Amino acid sequence: MKEVKNTNNITEKKPFKRKSAENIRNFYNSMFIDLGELFLFSVQVFKQFFSRPYEHKELLKQLYITGNKSLGLVAITGLIMGLVLTMQSQPILVNFGVVSLIPGMVSVSMFREIGPVITALICAGKISSGIGAEIGAMKVTEQIDAMEVSGTKPLNFVVATRVLATTIMVPLLVFFADACGLVGGYFGMNIFEKMNFQLYMTTAFDMLEFIDVVPATIKTVVFGFFIGLIGAFKGYKAGLGTESVGVAANSAVVSASLAIFVIDLVAVLVTNLLIRI
Amino acid sequence: MIEVRNLYKSFGDKEILKGVNLHLREGENLGILGKSGVGKSVLAKCIVRLIEPDYGEIKVLGKDIIRMKESELNKIRRDIGYLFQGGALYDSMSVRENLEFPIRRTQIASQRSEVDERVEQSLRSVGLLDAIDKMPSELSGGMKKRVGLARALILKPKVILYDEPTTGLDSVTSGEISELILKVQEEYKASSIIITHDMKCAKIATNRIKIIMDGNFKAEGTYDELSRSTDKEISAFFI
Repeated sequence: MKEVKNTNNITEKKPFKRKSAENIRNFYNSMFIDLGELFLFSVQVFKQFFSRPYEHKELLKQLYITGNKSLGLVAITGLIMGLVLTMQSQPILVNFGVVSLIPGMVSVSMFREIGPVITALICAGKISSGIGAEIGAMKVTEQIDAMEVSGTKPLNFVVATRVLATTIMVPLLVFFADACGLVGGYFGMNIFEKMNFQLYMTTAFDMLEFIDVVPATIKTVVFGFFIGLIGAFKGYKAGLGTESVGVAANSAVVSASLAIFVIDLVAVLVTNLLIRI
Repeated sequence: MIEVRNLYKSFGDKEILKGVNLHLREGENLGILGKSGVGKSVLAKCIVRLIEPDYGEIKVLGKDIIRMKESELNKIRRDIGYLFQGGALYDSMSVRENLEFPIRRTQIASQRSEVDERVEQSLRSVGLLDAIDKMPSELSGGMKKRVGLARALILKPKVILYDEPTTGLDSVTSGEISELILKVQEEYKASSIIITHDMKCAKIATNRIKIIMDGNFKAEGTYDELSRSTDKEISAFFI
């Protein structure tokens, strides 16, 4: 068979600039639609926190799963962060003759920024993706439909419990990571010179102030809420094919990680503003 | 038991249901036959309002479910059993917990002994009492459908919707499930809609069949009546 060439190919193609402008417009359109849907979803989920029946048993189960899933990883990461922070800063601080500031520096850095952000990112990778995949799979296999047919609100039983669990558990995991970071800092400190554990901890906590702990803790509660919410939202929005489960999990990690950085930025701006007032 | 009038449903530009009318009589097993993608499952999901129809009227047990509030809808859903294509068992729960779930949600039985009795009776009806403590991942496709049916029966519904009850099963198991549907009809005195494209199932389990094509019902009758049809499109189902 003779091949027929399309001579109009060149004229049919859209110019590169127009095509990229279209892509950018589509990207922003879908991003704003997603944000709008996420907002509506979060309002619905928030309502479920206060509506009966209260799913105590499922909430306890989710708290256990959420905490248990990430505890080991959070501990190791916290320990390493503290250790690295000390080892990196020790040579510089020696030059300035302020080695004694290391415990305080570790505690302030861990409590203010490193602990919350690193732990939240780990939770985004482990928990948010898990929630996205689980709810996505439940949707694909019609389990969500089955719940609705049996007169159960899936938004209450499946989503609200998971979001509440991450909202409660992420701040606790952050505290645990902070503690591990301090211990890591102590080990790092003892590589270079001997320091008593009690003295190390006293110096570390002496440097900590109200403004270091409270805003960071509030920030972790918001992190937790969004880690659960974004995972559940992506899972709930999953299509009907098995491929969509993977897409939901992947998209949950990316969006939750991005959300963590944005929330962190907003939290820092708000905290600085409050300090000035 | 179920009355559907002039039902329309589209997804985007694609019209799936185009003015569907249906009447399910008390105590009968009505089969809905059709090729894949003609809207059989969409119709079933509209009946329990898992999908919102665009236009039309659906009455279940005399009540208009389209204009119903969510709380009322949840009440009426207790009288409807739904068997999903894959069983839709909750992965994280054992068979016992899967069956207990609707009971606990609806608070129909609160005493432990009463709950156990209902669960065991339901599992006995589908011949799977031995699997009570198994997880869904340990069950075969046929067993999952049986457990799904047991869960649909647990609230003793007046109407049961079977969405492709025999899809993905071998011929023997498919026959067993079809016999089971008949047994359930006798035991629970429930009216059923059986959505299928399995002719063996349609022959065994239904009292009346409606054939759906291009978004609407094209023919209606018993299995024997339809199998004698001279219409090419209808007779194609029975070859």
